[in-house]
Amino acid sequence: MGRKLLLEHINEPGIQSFKVYRQKGGYASVEKALKTMTPDAVTEEVKKSGLRGRGGAGFPAGMKWSFIDKKSDKPRYLVCNADESEPGTFKDRYLMEHIPHILVEGMITSSYALGAKTSFIYIRGEYMYIVRILEKAIDEAYANGFLGKNILGTDYSLDLYVHPGAGAYICGEETALLESLEGKRGNPRLKPPFPAVAGLYACPTVVNNVETIAAVVPIVNNGGEEYAKIGVGKSTGTKLISASGHINKPGVYEIELGLPVEEFIYSEEYCGGIWKGRKLKAVVAGGSSVPILPTDLILKTAKGEPRLMTYESLSDGGFVSGTMLGSGGFIVMDETTNIVKNLYTFSRFYHHESCGQCSPCREGTAWLEKILHRLLHGQGKKKDIDILVDAAKKIEGNTICPLGDAAAWPVASAIRHFRKEFEEEAAALPAERNLELATH
Amino acid sequence: MAKVTIDGIEVEVPDGTTILNAARQIGGEVVPPAMCYYTSLKETGGKCRVCLVKVTQGSAKDPRPMPKLVASCRTPVADGMVVQNVTSPDVLEARKGVVEFLLLNHPLDCPICDQAGECDLQDLSYEHGTEGTRTEFERRTFDKIDIGDKIKLHMTRCILCYRCVFVADQLTPERVHGVLNRGDRSEISTYIEKAVDNDFSGNMIDVCPVGALTDRTFRFKSRVWFTKPMDAHRQCSKCCGKVVLWMKGNEVLRVTGRKDQYGEVKEFICNECRFEHKNTADWTIEGPRHINRHSVISQNHYEKIDLQNLKREVERQIVFQKGRQLPEASPNS
Amino acid sequence: MTDNTTIVFSPDTLAVAKKIIARYPEGRQKSALIPILHLAQAEFNGWLSPEAMDYVASILNIKPIEVYEVVTFYSMFNTKPVGKCLLEVCQTSSCWLRGSNEIIDHLKKKLNINVGETTADGMFTLKTVECLGSCGTAPMLQCGADFHENLTIEKVDSLLEKLKNKNERSTYLKSLNVNG
Repeated sequence: MGRKLLLEHINEPGIQSFKVYRQKGGYASVEKALKTMTPDAVTEEVKKSGLRGRGGAGFPAGMKWSFIDKKSDKPRYLVCNADESEPGTFKDRYLMEHIPHILVEGMITSSYALGAKTSFIYIRGEYMYIVRILEKAIDEAYANGFLGKNILGTDYSLDLYVHPGAGAYICGEETALLESLEGKRGNPRLKPPFPAVAGLYACPTVVNNVETIAAVVPIVNNGGEEYAKIGVGKSTGTKLISASGHINKPGVYEIELGLPVEEFIYSEEYCGGIWKGRKLKAVVAGGSSVPILPTDLILKTAKGEPRLMTYESLSDGGFVSGTMLGSGGFIVMDETTNIVKNLYTFSRFYHHESCGQCSPCREGTAWLEKILHRLLHGQGKKKDIDILVDAAKKIEGNTICPLGDAAAWPVASAIRHFRKEFEEEAAALPAERNLELATH
Repeated sequence: MAKVTIDGIEVEVPDGTTILNAARQIGGEVVPPAMCYYTSLKETGGKCRVCLVKVTQGSAKDPRPMPKLVASCRTPVADGMVVQNVTSPDVLEARKGVVEFLLLNHPLDCPICDQAGECDLQDLSYEHGTEGTRTEFERRTFDKIDIGDKIKLHMTRCILCYRCVFVADQLTPERVHGVLNRGDRSEISTYIEKAVDNDFSGNMIDVCPVGALTDRTFRFKSRVWFTKPMDAHRQCSKCCGKVVLWMKGNEVLRVTGRKDQYGEVKEFICNECRFEHKNTADWTIEGPRHINRHSVISQNHYEKIDLQNLKREVERQIVFQKGRQLPEASPNS
Repeated sequence: MTDNTTIVFSPDTLAVAKKIIARYPEGRQKSALIPILHLAQAEFNGWLSPEAMDYVASILNIKPIEVYEVVTFYSMFNTKPVGKCLLEVCQTSSCWLRGSNEIIDHLKKKLNINVGETTADGMFTLKTVECLGSCGTAPMLQCGADFHENLTIEKVDSLLEKLKNKNERSTYLKSLNVNG
């Protein structure tokens, strides 16, 4: 059994409540930080821990915190990104639903480190039932003196609010999230300036993913060095993995980074193997945006080494033979899966979610979807495959925000590793088609 | 001040200047095209992506290249920055891609579009696009609407530069139109059909880079290249009163603001000057306006080639070349 | 279906709206726009008419166009009337891999409508949506605030029965408890 830092008490009855959470040692990090540490010392522990952003980009969290403009006389804000929308990812929802107080605790400790007096949890609107859960947890924290004026009798005061979105994947991009929080369309901003300098209301702001903020709790409790002992190299600590698709045991698993992918898929402790006794065909390891890999390349790197669940091992081989850990949205496909159809659902997604602000993404994502739709409906042409590759290449890197890359990579990788399937779709006659997708 | 090298040509500009404006100081080929940026409108730019350039050296202090192509209209220069525009195959390839994306849904109705001949998208596709198209899908369409009695909104032609929205925000008392919906369903609209009615709304027409917003008082009157642009002015209590009259014979067919060589109006004009004074007697005519752009309008020369002007331009280029360091031999330059 | 009642929040809802507005710094009331649109959609029969949007604009003292721009951007806001129960079926990869298409087909047959349509009795509107973060319990659909997960044809049938018997408008907001 790997160590559990976030989900340690997941099976404890009543852990959703302040009382049980507190009995299990909850809010210790707030006490420790506010009473015995300076804000900079908290940041220092996070730096030492090697914690990397758990939303998908994997940027070192401590470094992100240290960028916050402390010379500015404007208020500083911490905003939690709970806009979890990357297809295949549902870990934040699971954590917030079952242990809401770990997020509230992490928000208080992190806000203290950053010197924020008001903080927000921006949660996707579809998770409205969790807004209630979080608001209840926040009310309890206020009632017990962990939020509000002079927390635990110290000089530090903090207000924490939950702010729902209303259905837009793009608001997971941090500057789009801030626009949305300001009551606007979720159009990503041009950078620079970065949020650390001019974020919410043009004030210095840090935006962190739910899991990143929750991880601050064990880091402060046990020290950054302890946290960094878990994992491999620059992939320290534990990570929540959302496992879905054709496996026996879909769900959220907390793993120690460094776990072999093969073990994660086949062991009873995690995914429990492929369903219906079938064989593995492909995996999207880090949410829909990351490159898809076929069985041989997800289990082993091109060099023949076992692939591990770490930032480095999963990206070994670059985009030629590797992928990314991303958000940890681990989607498994069995041998019967039609890769082109699966890709179509991704491309439809990105088309649906493009904000429309910049031309390569607005026009390009729609084009990708249309071509794939045509391929799947017997009107495809062989040249379509080359157009897909070329259009994806022309979107990638040329857009305001990473949604363009996220739309391009699945297309490029699916064709790279499964080109034959695309050619078969292009060659098939309409009558031979399963028109399953036609009506949707 | 910051020294920046663009396509091998060095120029010194004040700190905070964007790469695009630094390139405009040099002029000529090294100036990236711009479809959404507009100097006098704050916050514009960054959206169309046609001005992408490659930064091969971030600054003298931090010489690392920037990992991705950047929007030159919104990226400030740094001292010692080295930029490639037309000398970078990556930039040209990306730009070709952007042009293709912009044209995927743009109607091929230039023959009946009032903007034809002075259209930034025409210029752009001519210079940076490819012949023919790879798309075989039906193009996206919207209904034409009148936003007031003077302006036609032809959304099907829009490239979503947002300039008209910024005009409404920054020049007019109350914005009633904006960008609605999302992704490729985005559209400029008032939502419930409303007239955009205020003293400066007509400037939306001038800033529109394509034929999405056109002057209803000029609609189908003439191709622009058959008209004669004349600089003129009048005393106006609302605006600068400096305009261009687009004339046929002695008839004023259209009044617009004065656009510079990059298609930008520096001094906006009011609707009264634009729509209510179609009589030469209302204006003091200064003389013919030279259209210094690639558009078809300048192809139909009615004025003689201005040798003085040409000489000045050559001299200006020479001055720039003087301070120029020899570019290092590389396959890109 | 047009709303005959006047577009004004009930005193209770208005109190909640004021509480929400107070969360944001002075001069930043626009931040409350999305939460208040949720209140409005819940209060005004599940959709946002131009009148409802203008009303929200007046509460926040912003221009109506600023509200239209936001409402049309976010997929959870309906700008047209919807049935009492809005069934939103996820169709992205993980749900598709585990049979969301069969669920959608079944719903279409059973309700005798296409995606985007409302049943003649005004009870159900069928909508397909993109990933709702319920991939480990796929296939799934959302109705109001409730996630219905690990769906099978039988589960869908019994859900429809239950919703019909309950005969209540589905809403993302179940209670209007707001902290702060």
